[in-house]
Amino acid sequence: MSATTTDEEPMPTKTTPQVKMSVRNLNFFYGNKQVLFGNTLEIDEHQVTAFIGPSGCGKSTHIRTYNRMFDLYKGHRTEGEIIMDGRNILDTKESSLDLRHHVGMIFQKPTPFPMSIFDNIAYGLRLHGSLSKSEIEGRVEKALVDAALWEEVKDALPHPGTSLSGGQQQRLCIARALAIEPQVILMDEPCSALDPIATTKIEELISELKGRFTIVIVTHNMQQAARVSDNTAFFYLGKLVEFSRTDVMFSSPVKQETEDYIAGRFG
Amino acid sequence: MSAPAARPPATRPNIKSHIMRRRILVNRFILLLSMLAAVGGLFMLIWILGDVAMRGASSINWDFFTQLPTPPGTTDEPSGVANAIVGTLLMTTIATLIAVPFGVLAGTYLAEFGKESKFGATARFISDILVSAPSIVIGVFVYLLLVKPMGNFSGWAGAVSLAIIMLPVVTRTSEEMLRLVPTEMREAALALGAPYWKMLVQVIYRAAKTGMMTGIMLAVARVAGETAPLLFTSLNSPYWMDSMNEPMANLTTDLFNYAMSPYADWQRQAWGIAFLITMSVLVVTIITRLALHQRSDA
Repeated sequence: MSATTTDEEPMPTKTTPQVKMSVRNLNFFYGNKQVLFGNTLEIDEHQVTAFIGPSGCGKSTHIRTYNRMFDLYKGHRTEGEIIMDGRNILDTKESSLDLRHHVGMIFQKPTPFPMSIFDNIAYGLRLHGSLSKSEIEGRVEKALVDAALWEEVKDALPHPGTSLSGGQQQRLCIARALAIEPQVILMDEPCSALDPIATTKIEELISELKGRFTIVIVTHNMQQAARVSDNTAFFYLGKLVEFSRTDVMFSSPVKQETEDYIAGRFG
Repeated sequence: MSAPAARPPATRPNIKSHIMRRRILVNRFILLLSMLAAVGGLFMLIWILGDVAMRGASSINWDFFTQLPTPPGTTDEPSGVANAIVGTLLMTTIATLIAVPFGVLAGTYLAEFGKESKFGATARFISDILVSAPSIVIGVFVYLLLVKPMGNFSGWAGAVSLAIIMLPVVTRTSEEMLRLVPTEMREAALALGAPYWKMLVQVIYRAAKTGMMTGIMLAVARVAGETAPLLFTSLNSPYWMDSMNEPMANLTTDLFNYAMSPYADWQRQAWGIAFLITMSVLVVTIITRLALHQRSDA
């Protein structure tokens, strides 16, 4: 007993996680209004990083710079760098389409496309290359298995994606993101529209997936951050107040604001 | 000492009941008025539909759909409006083929790209004006644009005038339907690495499809009953058309001519045409409503 624990215990500390994304001095502006102020942090590979903070603290804005979702809207400006695999993804010369192939995203509301369950998953595969029909079928099944949805939908693949329940729809969206095999998965409050049971399933899924993917999750639910994440970043008024191991942050936060927020005194 | 108990119970309820009685009376009066108005409106509608059906249905027979019109007073030859049915179908179809691509693309621009631009706002405003433009004005416009330069009335001119009437309807419904598609769906498609145009064509159009089809069908139903623009553009003809370059028979101008004529047999045909047009529009509208209803179920 004690022998096995001592064998296993040092493992996580020995293999120090590689840095997947390195955010340096990130500023973000909507028009003239600055909403992110000099955020600097590192996202570890194959770990879950949670962003917490009160509404409007900039955590969603921050995560949306990771796949340049803001390219869609006019009147915004970013400063600073986000280095991923040696390249600054904020550089407008870098293709946002290619970036999004490697950095997938799950949204607050489940968004199944108006097509069958199968086509929902196959959509991304067909976007990124020419796979044969049987290859696509294999990848769709794998994605659904990975998203813990296969058993529930394997007989309903031609049915519309909208026929699923809310929790199933969200796992469908996760499967859709997994299918194109991204390296990083961004989740912007993925459980806030779901009931507790569906939330539990998504949280279990996150734990299973982190072995293969780097996961960044925005959540307004501190218990969720504590349950699923390895590292936690606390944002307040657009500033990164504190960033550390989750267990450290929740047991002994350094900053007074962090302690107040975690204790539920504001937010 | 408790305030509510100390209050004299007699006077206040009296005043209240006096006001309440008046309110109830006014309420009943307004209710009666609005019910009368509703019954009156419905009565007129049923009267029109009933009258058209009673007088028109008897004119509908096989010859009505297969034979050409005959001069008034002809009793020994079978008479029908086959050329007008074909003419109306042809012109409406061509109008739809012209208006739908333009309208859908314009609606796409307004919903996706020109949301805040000045040009978008102008286009939307002009489109709204065009929706309520009198159709006879559009007829005169196409007369000057096509009929006069070409030297004769033609099916093409008729189709173009109908297309102009359809265009703003298709544009605005397409825009509205595209806007109803939640932003999250756009972002979800883009987040998979889809280029904007693929996101639009493969996901957003699909999501807005039923609504856009509804707009197109309502536009078709609207132009199917238009007369004024055709009087200036396709005019009419008692013969089969050889091409779209000549005056073309159509149901609505036939109805106008026959109904204004002093001949009993032509007037009977007019009722038949009125019945046919009404039923066609009714069927198109019902199908559209059913489709829309199905969408709200899904």
